[in-house]
Amino acid sequence: MKTEEKMALAGRVAADVPEGAYLNLGIGLPTLVANHLGGDDKEVVLHTENGVLGRWIDAPEGEQDPDLINAGKVPIKLLPGAAFFHHADSFSMMRGGHLDICVLGAFQVSASGDLANWHTGDPQAVPAVGGAMDLAIGAKQTFVMMDHVDREGNPKIVSELTYPPTGLGCVTRIYTNLGTFETTPDGNRVKAVYVTPDLTLDQIQQKTGVAIDFSMISQTRQEH
Amino acid sequence: MINKQIGSPEEAISRIKDGDIIGIGGFGGAGSPNVLIDTLIAHSDAKNLTVVSNNAGQNEEGIAALLKTGKVSKIVCSFPRMKNAWVFEELYRKGDLELELVPQGNLAERLRARGAGIGAFFTPTGYGTALAEGKETREIEGVHYVLEHPIKIDVALIKAKSADRFGNLVYNKTARNFGPVMAMAADTTIAEVSDVVEAGDLDPEVVVTPGVYVDCFVKV
Repeated sequence: MKTEEKMALAGRVAADVPEGAYLNLGIGLPTLVANHLGGDDKEVVLHTENGVLGRWIDAPEGEQDPDLINAGKVPIKLLPGAAFFHHADSFSMMRGGHLDICVLGAFQVSASGDLANWHTGDPQAVPAVGGAMDLAIGAKQTFVMMDHVDREGNPKIVSELTYPPTGLGCVTRIYTNLGTFETTPDGNRVKAVYVTPDLTLDQIQQKTGVAIDFSMISQTRQEH
Repeated sequence: MINKQIGSPEEAISRIKDGDIIGIGGFGGAGSPNVLIDTLIAHSDAKNLTVVSNNAGQNEEGIAALLKTGKVSKIVCSFPRMKNAWVFEELYRKGDLELELVPQGNLAERLRARGAGIGAFFTPTGYGTALAEGKETREIEGVHYVLEHPIKIDVALIKAKSADRFGNLVYNKTARNFGPVMAMAADTTIAEVSDVVEAGDLDPEVVVTPGVYVDCFVKV
């Protein structure tokens, strides 16, 4: 994804985060969402699993404190109104459904919302899971932000995962550079709620591993 | 008079024995009790240790340096694969270090459960994944759960900001992370602290780890 595509994608996710939401942003692409939440017109409270709720920015040079970092281990500077807590409390609020939205990256998502984002399945890889499995299933809604296809051009929205799962039936919305899609409980299709004007609906369908229901996209667009 | 402060990290570390399970606080570098770890490396003959910690260290510092000594045969952690975690990676690939990979929230809750006297608990985390293979599951009100057991800790090494002589602790910002649950879970908890204050100087309303969970602390 080009930088401007990433920014547009982050902006599209941010626009769907309501005022007052408690939000966890996963490492990688999701961290970009924070840049689009600014402004006093919409206050959002961030959660980081290493023990902070509040609002923050990357710590400016000279104000970095090794004891004040986010989950990506990047030094942060808090804005007023934050709270610290220990790890068991942090994952209690996550697992207990107290956070509204968690945004994660992914290798694959199935149409029924199964998520693969922790392991490629390569037996030679050194495994690491971190908070991925807790984050996947904890929040009221789990959003995924990812490229629509992998580096080889294979669809990342699939009917069945081929990568090892992180959580089952947990993803509610998928945001890609080509559109925004809702998962469905029966898993035989995803529902498009937004698609890029740069491609035809057929082209988008061809890059997707499961049927897309375009009925929520305007009639005009469908005839395009 | 109760006074849990001891004079040297060597005295604290002498409590560690062969085969002990050592819980180490910290999330990356934040909250890592590096003085206690370095003392364990330099002044303990204990072997065949198990380390329980979120990460496996970076470069040749902290837990990575401890792993390099060969004193550790097993690590229980959530995220060993960090930038510059070559010590872990080499030992793991050679088969010289056993890894039990645990989702981060399960790691915290299994430690909390140990400290809270809970025999086991059902959690939704990991259901249907490789990390729940072989574990008992149960459906409760339509949600699938996995049975997880507490993690026993013989000795916890943690870092805090301030302590009073009763062992009451407060932490510094996100360096708190696993410290409080490690302290709860352990039979013996050793803290390294930056400040020692008079009893009464820590507001009882803001004490994070009450002294009952702390056996001794050393000022570093």
